[in-house]
Amino acid sequence: MTHFSALSLLKNALTGQKNWQAQWPDSQPKSEYDVVIVGAGGHGLGAAHYLAKEHGITNVAVIDKGWLGGGNTGRNTTIIRSNYLYDESAKLYDHALDLWEGLSQDLNYNVMFSRRGVLMLAHNVHDVQSFQRHIHSNRLNGVDNRWLSPQEAQEFCPPLNISPNARYPVMGGALQMRAGTARHDAVAWGYARSASQRGVDIIQNCPVTAIRRGPDGAVEGVETAKGFIRAKKVAVSAAGHTSVVMDSAGVRMPLESYPLQALVSEPVKPIFPCVVMSNTVHAYISQSDKGELVIGSGTDQYTSYSQRGGLPLIEHTVAAICEIFPIFNRMRMLRKWGGIVDVTPDRSPIIGTTPVPGLYVNCGWGTGGFKATPGAAHTLAWTVAKGTPHDINAPFTLDRFRTGRLIDEAAAAAVAH
Amino acid sequence: MLLIHCPYCDETLPELEFTYGGEAHIARPENPADKTDDEWRDFLFIRTNVKGPHFERWRHSHGCGRFFNAVRDTVSDRFLTTYKADAPRPDLAVLVKNSDVKEPSK
Repeated sequence: MTHFSALSLLKNALTGQKNWQAQWPDSQPKSEYDVVIVGAGGHGLGAAHYLAKEHGITNVAVIDKGWLGGGNTGRNTTIIRSNYLYDESAKLYDHALDLWEGLSQDLNYNVMFSRRGVLMLAHNVHDVQSFQRHIHSNRLNGVDNRWLSPQEAQEFCPPLNISPNARYPVMGGALQMRAGTARHDAVAWGYARSASQRGVDIIQNCPVTAIRRGPDGAVEGVETAKGFIRAKKVAVSAAGHTSVVMDSAGVRMPLESYPLQALVSEPVKPIFPCVVMSNTVHAYISQSDKGELVIGSGTDQYTSYSQRGGLPLIEHTVAAICEIFPIFNRMRMLRKWGGIVDVTPDRSPIIGTTPVPGLYVNCGWGTGGFKATPGAAHTLAWTVAKGTPHDINAPFTLDRFRTGRLIDEAAAAAVAH
Repeated sequence: MLLIHCPYCDETLPELEFTYGGEAHIARPENPADKTDDEWRDFLFIRTNVKGPHFERWRHSHGCGRFFNAVRDTVSDRFLTTYKADAPRPDLAVLVKNSDVKEPSK
């Protein structure tokens, strides 16, 4: 496997770029593994990387029904931030942010993590109060977040319309400077390459049709399109399809799957220096290094597995973007798509053990899973390796929906996640 | 854009007139005090989240304002039927047979 460095780039440049090798093999399943991970997105591949690197467990397969990184990992709008209200969430997302900062070095793969700052706009009195409460709470938890006046917000993001007569007036904003974006495909590829280098099999185009349990109730393995694969432990990290997979093991999940839509514009020269989120009107925008404006929308109101979503939502988001950034009102949009996100009743994720011995789950990330990729993967790997929760994911149990110990981020501020 | 048939107005209208109301046919417990924590969890939080024909509620919020029920395939988003809120749950086998929608995958 090539180790990427300035030297390897130079060498390949001088030899006409003809000697690059495939970065990981397209594996066929063996009959048995120590751990099978269902879902080859950033979270699943990341868990395989940390299992191999930090826990020495390399007899691992990551299985996906499609191609790796082809689900929500490749469909999100790449926003990374950690300014969550509650202590539990702040710890989890800030843990992820810590890992993001060293990820390119850890993986020897450029994930293009860019700390360009995420600005969350306040459009009404409720937003102002709620964001200021977030800022205080974040600071107590050591998470950076500060308040900007409308003028300061416009200085930070010049295309912003702060006219008091605007359809969505800007009353200020919360800025997390440590937040930003990363290249989502590279995250999946970097984790895949690193895991594969350490002996993990990545098996694509192989749907897991069921989880098989033995007479004692414990996990025996997974039924797949390529036959039965025996496994001591199975970790499900299948986003919108998690409840379908878990159902086959007899575990009913507190999840509903909704389409979440996004779109990109034609590429233009650098115009947008940061990430701006407007949670109240559900419009999220940044500019990719290719020059496209990357725009995120809200979830459709109905559950669906269609990976499409309806046009009314996109129309609403684009209308809001044009109001907040009038400079973009003649931009042409190139593509739109939907990803299926699994939403829990309290809008917080579930990472941990299940009632089935040997079965682990990482799900419920709803509309905000990308930012958590390294943190989710890291704590999931810990839990799978040791059979017990990591301190950070301990509150995010499946059992909290029985005990009532919810982590109610949704009701806390009515912001996006 | 979904086109939804309101069984009260007897008209097929764009999705924008309607509000989704979650899974249908979830009955409130007769004697709440008798319920265990497990049963409360199931009632409050567990949904079928089916990949296939889904029984769900809609409200014609910008029309007659009434709640009604529907069966929609969550793979194609196609409606198999809509029916009034007090009508019995339709037989899924018959609905599926008369459409090109596949059996639920779970």
